[in-house]
Amino acid sequence: MNLFDILGPVMVGPSSSHTAGAVRIGLLARALLGQEPVRANLFLHGSFASTGEGHGTYQALIAGLLGLAPDDSRIPGSFELAKERGLQFTFAQRTLRDAHPNSVLIQLEGVWGGRLEMGASSLGGGRVKVFQVDGLSTSFSGELPTLVVHNSDQPGCVSQVTGVLAQEGINVATLQLNRGGRGESAVMVIECDQPIPQSTADTIRALPGILRVNCYTPEQEIHHD
Amino acid sequence: MIDFTSIQQMLEDTSRSDLPLWDNIRRSDCRTQGITPEQSWDKMSLMLDTMKASDRDYREEDRSHSGLVGGDGGKMARYAQGEKTLCGPFLSQVMAGALRMGECNACMKRIVAAPTAGACGVLPAVLLPYEKEFGVSHDQLVEALYVASGFGMIIAARASISGAEGGCQAEIGSAAAMAAPALVHLQGGSPEQMANACAMAVKNLLGLVCDPVGGLVEVPCVKRNVIGAMDALSAAQMALAGIESRVPPDQVLDAMAEVGRSLPHTLRETGKGGLAATPFGQQYMHKEA
Repeated sequence: MNLFDILGPVMVGPSSSHTAGAVRIGLLARALLGQEPVRANLFLHGSFASTGEGHGTYQALIAGLLGLAPDDSRIPGSFELAKERGLQFTFAQRTLRDAHPNSVLIQLEGVWGGRLEMGASSLGGGRVKVFQVDGLSTSFSGELPTLVVHNSDQPGCVSQVTGVLAQEGINVATLQLNRGGRGESAVMVIECDQPIPQSTADTIRALPGILRVNCYTPEQEIHHD
Repeated sequence: MIDFTSIQQMLEDTSRSDLPLWDNIRRSDCRTQGITPEQSWDKMSLMLDTMKASDRDYREEDRSHSGLVGGDGGKMARYAQGEKTLCGPFLSQVMAGALRMGECNACMKRIVAAPTAGACGVLPAVLLPYEKEFGVSHDQLVEALYVASGFGMIIAARASISGAEGGCQAEIGSAAAMAAPALVHLQGGSPEQMANACAMAVKNLLGLVCDPVGGLVEVPCVKRNVIGAMDALSAAQMALAGIESRVPPDQVLDAMAEVGRSLPHTLRETGKGGLAATPFGQQYMHKEA
């Protein structure tokens, strides 16, 4: 907690959890897809489902998927922007088991055919938590530069990836591993203290057993429009 | 170095230092964030500019999603120009400013959460008319924002700034408790007077419930920004007159935390109790998914 958590953030209203947090969730999903999304199915749970419409949660989620920051004045008009950019989307309500009241499950398809399923919750004050990536449970906030690596479940993947980070002078803050089952695909989520350059992600992508690499860099409070 | 867990401790740390309270707050926060005092100043200065821009961008014709909110800031501003207003020109401008900002937020405009989006009207409502009325500089207003956020940090640490956790006292109450010491700073009051202003502002709104109609940040949130601003002004004026909070400020914040925990969940932002549960409010109730 710092002074600008108290006085701030600059955001488009009306709610830090239902609007600003929803934009952040959209931004995270976009980053983890790693390409321009062209199709999105969003399933709203709990309070997101019941009060989302009045809070602009729908527009906020789509704004994030389009790469708008939480303080972007274009958020209320994000549906029109989605049309211009060729993003088709659907909304539905769904009860997600054991999920925080402000949660959403997003299925995305990208312009180059990439797919992602991500579940996330908005915890209040604009803070969010991703709890699921492609069916595997996880927990990260997007407050630190985050590397999400899909790999095949085989020996050596973790040490190779962390080895590359060490060489680049990037310090690992947290590391989580989850897999579908022995020998199946796994997801590694690494939160780092330093931003992860594109070249580092490329090096990791070329390692044996690595299926997909995506980076998320927390957005600065930049001002648009 | 202030650790932002106790008002008493913050005053003691400041009395041992050569720096004024606002700068102690800034420098202590810079150390935890790893930024320079200049970077911090630029950011805080931007917060003030953004508040002013939001106030300027208000449009009376805008309406919120439900249609329940919009236009009242314009009504109040027109009334404020009349010759025989009940509260006089300055307070009328404060009330108009609080309504404008609350309505901007409900209508999906860009605002500065202070400390929350729902309570974003309180600080600008007192600071912007104050600037016009008393002719203070931009820099003095930025200093006042440091004072406000320093007290806000302690409120967040000891009690809460979330309506879902502590009711509206944690949102509008906290905003008022941040604005009151900021006003004391602008008037040249002492750190002790700032602490008393903060405590009295909290005490006056202790127990305020969070009961938004339809669960939306609209009714009664927008108008509660008005009472938050008026609370801040009255608490600041009492402190400047030398009136003290009988209950020590830190204990007031602890009481706020305890009251928040005691509130039933129907009165903590669920949209299920209070005004939300009235026959009127129930028309806007949505079914849980």
